[in-house]
Amino acid sequence: MILRLATQSLMARALTVGMTVLAIALSVALFLGVEKVRTGARASFADTISGTDLIVGARSGSVQLLLYSVFRIGNATNNVTWKSYQDIAARPEVEWIVPISLGDSHRQFRVMGTTPVFFEHYKYRGGRSLGLAAGHGLESLYDAVIGAEVAASLGYAIGDPIILSHGLASFTDHQDQPFRVAGIVARTGTPVDRTVIVSLEAIEALHVDWQSGARAGQVTPAEVIREMDLTPTAISAALVGVKSRLQIFGLHRWINEYPEEPLMAILPGVALQELWQIVGVAETALIGVSAMVVVTALIVMMAMILASLDERRREMAIWRAMGAGPVTIFGLLALEATLMAVAGTVVGLGLLYLGLAAAQPWLDATFGIWMPIGPPTLREASILAGLVAAAAFVCLLPALRAYRLSLADGMMVRI
Amino acid sequence: MTESALALSDVSFAWPGRDGFSLSCPSFRLAAGESVLLLGASGSGKSTLLSLVCGIVVPTRGRIAVGGIDLGGLRAGERDRLRAERIGIIFQQFNLLTYARVADNILLPLRFAPKRRARARNGPKEAARLCGALGLPDGVMRKTAGRLSVGQQQRVAVARALIGAPSLIVADEPTSALDTATQDSFLDLLFAQVAEAGSSLLMVSHDERLGQFFDHVVRIEDIVTTARVAA
Ligand SMILES: Nc1ncnc2c1ncn2[C@@H]1O[C@H](COP(=O)(O)OP(=O)(O)O)[C@@H](O)[C@H]1O
Ligand SMILES: [Mg+2]
Repeated sequence: MILRLATQSLMARALTVGMTVLAIALSVALFLGVEKVRTGARASFADTISGTDLIVGARSGSVQLLLYSVFRIGNATNNVTWKSYQDIAARPEVEWIVPISLGDSHRQFRVMGTTPVFFEHYKYRGGRSLGLAAGHGLESLYDAVIGAEVAASLGYAIGDPIILSHGLASFTDHQDQPFRVAGIVARTGTPVDRTVIVSLEAIEALHVDWQSGARAGQVTPAEVIREMDLTPTAISAALVGVKSRLQIFGLHRWINEYPEEPLMAILPGVALQELWQIVGVAETALIGVSAMVVVTALIVMMAMILASLDERRREMAIWRAMGAGPVTIFGLLALEATLMAVAGTVVGLGLLYLGLAAAQPWLDATFGIWMPIGPPTLREASILAGLVAAAAFVCLLPALRAYRLSLADGMMVRI
Repeated sequence: MTESALALSDVSFAWPGRDGFSLSCPSFRLAAGESVLLLGASGSGKSTLLSLVCGIVVPTRGRIAVGGIDLGGLRAGERDRLRAERIGIIFQQFNLLTYARVADNILLPLRFAPKRRARARNGPKEAARLCGALGLPDGVMRKTAGRLSVGQQQRVAVARALIGAPSLIVADEPTSALDTATQDSFLDLLFAQVAEAGSSLLMVSHDERLGQFFDHVVRIEDIVTTARVAA
């Protein structure tokens, strides 16, 4: 009966209560949204690469190497010569090695030159291999295999011609050497979805007429290029798998001490940890801000309850006259606050899932973060429970005041 | 001599705050089953006296006994309980939780008074009976209290005060919000039900005309001295 009366009392003040609930709901949605994006981003990043033991690149920062080689974020400052690549490939510890050559683009997507072994050895989400949704792999020189997102957003189908651009965000196209869409990779939820994959030789072929960043005067015809030796002189990075995990550190050391050229090898998991440390500061700030929003919403609720007390003195006097003790008055207000917090939480969860459903494709397309929509995790559930408890706690002050007022008013509130 | 439904002796009380209204009552007694009208002008301390009787405020000195139980000997929680069990209260107006249904309003005191609830036996049924006896329309129990007319609300307040037949009914100018014609029928109904429940009735009013309905009429200035210290 008390619960029913409390609910009815809230209903009678639907507008103010509704606004308060909305404030709580928004703060809950924001807080959990940040939490979801954060864990989603982490999981998504961690899922992007698996089965690769080492990533090799020119000496720079390990996070930088990880970002450009796996996530196609940022650029390689230097290249790895083909000679060094072959030296590493010849090491006895190496089971497989996949070269990667970056630097060109197609529209908003990056182009990656590699060898067909890439499709064999690149693994994601706990050991899954890339699969082709349509077409075939890299067979002839001007074949391009495109990611699912590339195909979807540019509307490409097998056989469509595509023109690659020199560099990133440039206006110089490699017009004289059109490619053909040979295959489309099934959606992975990794940066592969946003990559145009061509052969290493194709990258070399594109730059036959280019010398140190500028196009030479003459244009070599495609037929001539096809006959040329297209062994690359340099690559951007390489993914390496070792025969036994025990050998990782030996090879790691050998590469870092390679005398001919400053090289660097990183363990993807370790580099990822480093990345989290950097991102961690921003994460903490974000969590802090959204927690403040939650606190603000709770204060709004407290202010709303406090403001309503004056006009509810009559009501309190009735409760007192009927025999309700201070504990009941106290409990009544705590109950109201809890009900509002629960309502706010439920509405907030609704908003969150609506928002997630709406933002999921966009997040995936823009950042390659695939956010699974599942029930709240234990951590999120306990955060929500904490919020409800905090709401009950926050109303201590108004409840105390209500009790004092009811004592001071006696039983006849003068109006 | 029968046990007093209410007995005050040597009571004095002062409101905290700038008004500094204080009141003292050397002696007042209400016998069981008796009805008394306490007459006094507005501001003479009638409502304050009722707050004391109901144990909502505590006297600085003196003894107030309800049904032979000294309020001064009780802890706050016990006083609240005693009020719920033994006293039915009717205010001047704005008696009800306007957002709640009539049934919940009437049953509310029983929520805090298990003995009184047991006496009422089937609460909802008893509430419906009282509503009928007080001339409230059928189906009123399910209505939201705020939707009723002032006269109907006052009658619902009577039903709430009488449910479970508490030994003392305290009414603070319950008719002043009603017009003269409704006042009389309201009082007739009230008296009939109070008699049926066998309760004592203490009503305060400034309206001398109501005296004819009561066993006794007492002027407040005869039992209470008030003072106001200018601050
Ligand atoms: N809650 C209160 N706090 C402080 N002073 C009060 C309070 N209620 C009443 N008083 C004082 O007591 C005086 C008498 O009021 P009241 O008992 O309501 O008189 P009546 O009911 O006879 O009109 C008022 O004039 C006021 O000064
Ligand atoms: Mg009064």
